Amino acid sequence: MKARLALRSVALGYLGFLIILPVATVFWLTFRDGLGPFWSSVAEPAALNAFRITVLAALVAVVANTAFGILCAIVLVRHDFPGKRLLSALVDLPLAVSPVVVGLALILVYGTYGWFGSHLAEYGIRIIFSLPGIILATVFVSLPFVVREVAPVLREIGTEQEQAAATLGASSWQTFWRITLPSIRPGVAYGVVLTTAKALGEFGAVAVVSGRIIGRTQTLTLHVEDRFQAFDMTGAYAASVVLALLALGTLFAMNLLRPKEEKT
Amino acid sequence: MSGGMLGRGVAITYLSLVVLIPLAAVAWASGEGGPGEFWSAVTTPEALSALRLTFGAALAVVAINAAMGTLIAWVLVRDSFRGRGLVNSIIDLPFALPTIVASLTLLVLYGPGSPVGIDVAYSPVAVVVALLFVTLPFVVRAVQPVLMELDTDMEEAAASLGAGRFTIFRRIILPNLAPAIFSGAGLSFARSIGEFGAVVLVTGNIPFETQVASVYIFGRIEGGDIPAAAAVSVVLLAFSLLALVGMNVLQGRWLRHEG
Repeated sequence: MKARLALRSVALGYLGFLIILPVATVFWLTFRDGLGPFWSSVAEPAALNAFRITVLAALVAVVANTAFGILCAIVLVRHDFPGKRLLSALVDLPLAVSPVVVGLALILVYGTYGWFGSHLAEYGIRIIFSLPGIILATVFVSLPFVVREVAPVLREIGTEQEQAAATLGASSWQTFWRITLPSIRPGVAYGVVLTTAKALGEFGAVAVVSGRIIGRTQTLTLHVEDRFQAFDMTGAYAASVVLALLALGTLFAMNLLRPKEEKT
Repeated sequence: MSGGMLGRGVAITYLSLVVLIPLAAVAWASGEGGPGEFWSAVTTPEALSALRLTFGAALAVVAINAAMGTLIAWVLVRDSFRGRGLVNSIIDLPFALPTIVASLTLLVLYGPGSPVGIDVAYSPVAVVVALLFVTLPFVVRAVQPVLMELDTDMEEAAASLGAGRFTIFRRIILPNLAPAIFSGAGLSFARSIGEFGAVVLVTGNIPFETQVASVYIFGRIEGGDIPAAAAVSVVLLAFSLLALVGMNVLQGRWLRHEG
């Protein structure tokens, strides 16, 4: 049993030094002098504004990607068409792209001199270096999660109930709302949690497209870096702790909602 | 049937507007000046050194993850101790924690003024540590379910035939886990070569020393040198796609062998 104990110590030691200690240290440094400095940093207008933008971008990304995710999963699982495997692979593409490349890609298309951006600029619509750009970047990086979680559930439940509903005269819309959606709900919920986590935490893609105009186009993750560069460590720690608490909340939700076959 | 067509059209349009057209624009921008210009953009000394560091660090991360991820998965599945459930949920923390927060936490613990007396900040080691942090879950989460499914019958049979513990691991456990380890390692690699947030604070981004490819691209974008940014981006894209496709092909082959 000595070997077992040794392996356990190595595994726990690795996790301790790589994950637990660093995160714990930031919490300790934030609250070392009590709640006062934390509150005053969090309540600063720039921090509050960044928090608002982060939540707004995450909200739009979650709503858009959930709608797309359910639709795309149905298309991929319930329909047959040439290029289906290609579409399925393309949906996963955002997971393989560096966040900085995401930012560059969006600038090239939606920037002032971009493919679409130059036309949009004629109508006074500005995407890059403003809020829509941040939202677009957030949508990009969090796109695959709902599709990936819903598609296996759809495959699992089969089409029997849907066919029964159709035979009994339900329209396809009614079948979707009454039969399909309730049965894929667990997959949707888990996908939404993963989408939210990714959307709240995105940094690289948002850093490229935001233009970092303080108070206007800063997300909470950008605010952390901004405070760090300004040597305001209290502010950087405080914003980090807010993000870490959101992450812990996400982790808790992930554990509750994780699909059964993955549960350990 | 027309409903299906409409759904497909909406899905493909959305995917194109958000993902495909922008990525095509990167490829386009990288090739605009012809292959000569592309080649010289990715072979400038600064770009080459960033790419070398990125791929070197990613390979180191893959090797460490393959070993440590398998070990952690084994401990989580085969061992039992108080707090195992908690440790199991902590594995996902790097997925949930924003990368910039990861970078800050690592800098606080392993940077100048480190409370544990280890200072690796602003060195290539910091790049590897930051990447290990964000890629921790991949191998663990790939190996864990396979290990749970794996019956201990074979191992017991081998043991009763006189095989030592190491032989059992090498001849029985490892071959069964290999596809999962490879798939986790492939994801780690793809994630590592593109990572930005986790490395940005803790490495100091010193050109020729700790500047990774994504940070180099960021610098080119800020400096307005889009062709150079696009060229290095395409290199990263190509390699992460290669890693993912290679992983799929390998897995397909393994599955066919089993069936």
